[in-house]
Amino acid sequence: MKCRVCRGAAVIDIRRHNANFCQEHFLRMCRDQVEKAIRRFGMLQPGERVLVAVSGGKDSLALWDILVDLGYAADGFYLGLGIGDYSDESAGYAHRYAASRNLTLHTVDLPAAHGFDIRGGARAAKRAPCSACGLSKRHLFDEAARGGGYDALATGHNLDDEAAVLMGNTLRWQTEYLGRQLPVLEARDGFPRKVKPLVRLSERETAAYCILRGIDYVVEECPMAVGNKHLAYKAALNDIEVQSPGAKHDFYFGFLERASERFRAEVERDRGELAPCERCGSPTDAGVCAFCRLTERATAAPVHFSDRGSP
Amino acid sequence: MRVVLRNPTREIDVDGPMTVHTLLQRLDLNRESHLVICDGELVAGDRTLPAGAEVEIRSVISGGSR
Repeated sequence: MKCRVCRGAAVIDIRRHNANFCQEHFLRMCRDQVEKAIRRFGMLQPGERVLVAVSGGKDSLALWDILVDLGYAADGFYLGLGIGDYSDESAGYAHRYAASRNLTLHTVDLPAAHGFDIRGGARAAKRAPCSACGLSKRHLFDEAARGGGYDALATGHNLDDEAAVLMGNTLRWQTEYLGRQLPVLEARDGFPRKVKPLVRLSERETAAYCILRGIDYVVEECPMAVGNKHLAYKAALNDIEVQSPGAKHDFYFGFLERASERFRAEVERDRGELAPCERCGSPTDAGVCAFCRLTERATAAPVHFSDRGSP
Repeated sequence: MRVVLRNPTREIDVDGPMTVHTLLQRLDLNRESHLVICDGELVAGDRTLPAGAEVEIRSVISGGSR
């Protein structure tokens, strides 16, 4: 296989582009795709300060690397989730990358700062681990971006992530979620702007980017995620992609171009008035925000029968 | 050739030589969700892997909350 650009030896084939690339031109293609997404969706402006949510995985490290390469003032934020060896290993990759590039990495440890880990939080709240994890990440990422005065919070959601979420939302016609599934969520009422600059890259491409750039990342899957629906949707979409290259791209970008707007009105209509959380001050429409309710349930002292009084 | 697979990490021996695509097909692995690294270098699908190669097949799928 020859590189589409220079006719040199290719290191990767990208069937949805009907093209092969050598190392140099593959890396350039990745940067071009991120730049295109940023420009097309108005994600970031030159000179803005960006906080990158860094997990130690391929997507967030590739995102951080590309944003810095494109000239953005991008710092990292790592959230320790207390998932045993997996969290320790992930933190190591995030710290080593930051040190190797002389970048700033902020860290918060969920068990140390809030008194519970993901397993404990999920059990206490009777939620799936990925649900408790997502809730904690959204809250603490927002808080970190707000507290640090960043213009935007960037996450490593790639094309496969967005296509899989879209598939899940569509299978259940979760119209409110469909109305909110956008590559950019503008800042409002104390929430930072949230951007997903990797939406034009598949996760095969972000993994290849890291390998070719010499970025070590945590390869093993999170033990909490094994068997979840998100992975099943990704596998189904990749089976379709093999038969029909470009299907994931067309599914997601076709939705954004031709269907997303139809679900937006419901989101606007149902949007509640936000006020500061009674516990932490974060914006919420529920008095006490979902993260503080999770924290209270996960850290509550066990209730003893003697505490309950007489029946 | 010795082939290392990830998630979970395990090793198998496969008779070579063969192309990257043939190896993935033989192991029933989706080419959209895997990358192949031969002797430390990322290799494209038509590349022939020599019999004595050290090969890693890396799954690129990650899940969970993002």
